[in-house]
Amino acid sequence: MSARITLATAVRVLTQLRHDPRTVLLLLGVPCMLMTILHELLPAPFFDRYGGVALGLFPFIVMFVITAVATLRERVSGTLERLLAMPPRKLDLLLGYAIAFGAAALVQASIASWLALGPLGLDVAGGAVPLLGVAILDGLLGMALGLFVSAFAATEFQAAQFMPAFVLPQVLLSGLLGPRETVTPWLRHVSDVLPLTYAVDAMQRVSAAPDLTATVWRDLGILAGSCALALLLGAATLRRRTA
Amino acid sequence: MADGSTAIEVDGLVVVRGGARALDGLNLGVRGGAVTGLLGPNGSGKTTLMRCVVGTQRVTAGRVRVLGLPAGAKALRASIGYLTQSPSVYADLTVRENLRYFARVLGVPRARVDRSIATVAVGEIAGRLAGRLSGGQRARVSLGVALLGEPELLVLDEPTVGLDPVLRRDLWELFHELAGAGVTVLVSSHVMDEARHCDELVLLRDGRLLATGTPGGIQASVGAEHLEDAFLRLIEQEQAVGGSVS
Repeated sequence: MSARITLATAVRVLTQLRHDPRTVLLLLGVPCMLMTILHELLPAPFFDRYGGVALGLFPFIVMFVITAVATLRERVSGTLERLLAMPPRKLDLLLGYAIAFGAAALVQASIASWLALGPLGLDVAGGAVPLLGVAILDGLLGMALGLFVSAFAATEFQAAQFMPAFVLPQVLLSGLLGPRETVTPWLRHVSDVLPLTYAVDAMQRVSAAPDLTATVWRDLGILAGSCALALLLGAATLRRRTA
Repeated sequence: MADGSTAIEVDGLVVVRGGARALDGLNLGVRGGAVTGLLGPNGSGKTTLMRCVVGTQRVTAGRVRVLGLPAGAKALRASIGYLTQSPSVYADLTVRENLRYFARVLGVPRARVDRSIATVAVGEIAGRLAGRLSGGQRARVSLGVALLGEPELLVLDEPTVGLDPVLRRDLWELFHELAGAGVTVLVSSHVMDEARHCDELVLLRDGRLLATGTPGGIQASVGAEHLEDAFLRLIEQEQAVGGSVS
């Protein structure tokens, strides 16, 4: 492990973002826009119920897309080949990515949460800190999954298709739109192994009850484990030798 | 690496890419502390051979040893400066930010960034985004990255393509300066004219070795006045031999 390389990579990724103000604007603005629409659309009790979950979903989706495309660009542009011919270990690079995009997820979730809890009057029983914690973990999970699936995309077109292919089924099966208990058994089993299920569950519980129950901690543990697993799988897809 | 010893040993190297043999049983040695030119037309296997030396190419058969170690060995990664054929720099970073990042990754002092900027003459555009530069400018930045460390071996895939003649001359001088200090320099080109700048030549065609030797030696061996003619005669000879066998 090299802290120097990890840190240098994190700074480099954030510098790339800084040179792309439009992406930063979209990154921070879109969740706010969607929260506002949700607020206008739903009566107050429903906004309180779904607002928290939405705050968890945005970082997940946005970080998934950004990381999948950024990693694909690194593979296609030859910079990855160059880096892997140098001393860095794969995990040095991946952790650098994780720190940079994790920081971006933190800022994004903070701004959206501030808007929802303040001006939009979202009422969550668990309070701001658990809400923010789950949202950031969701962002990290999206990042780790995006990194992993980028290995299976050869072009940006394919990477863009991975959003509906990998994210939407998880959203549909997460229990957000319909109860998981009544769904066909085989789909229920699928939803049991999809990490977003636990992200949505954690958000719903944090929104509904003031205490962090054992189930919430279980959810958070599964989310953290899924992040680590996706990062390790992602590391396995960064090949030093290619055909 | 002591001058005169073998820095790169290639033994029965076969690489199959997309069903075709990109390298077809290659045997050769590259002398340490010299500028060796890897020449051949596009598609002759130059880039594939360089990727084998650096350790980023999946190899089908045979072996490559670099500075006494198997190619791609971890201990070699800090000792090799590698320039990929297409400029591999971050389009959304400035020239200086690109060099600074790779310098940190390599763990070399910051002063190296300024030295590289001077060497490849990108001082005036150091603050511009790499994505906004011309192809030649971007190629120079990419070369600057390859020169950042203190490599024992420089593997440069077409470093002088499309560059200004003055800069090209300066770079060849730099390669010889580095070789004089003991660095092994392997440079590829598809332009025969560049061969005269090299101490040693490796001529490739269709993934096979056509000839190795000094530019003068290769010319003399086939009685040609120019390297271009020598290359043609070598091809004709090979075809004649191939024809008599089949």
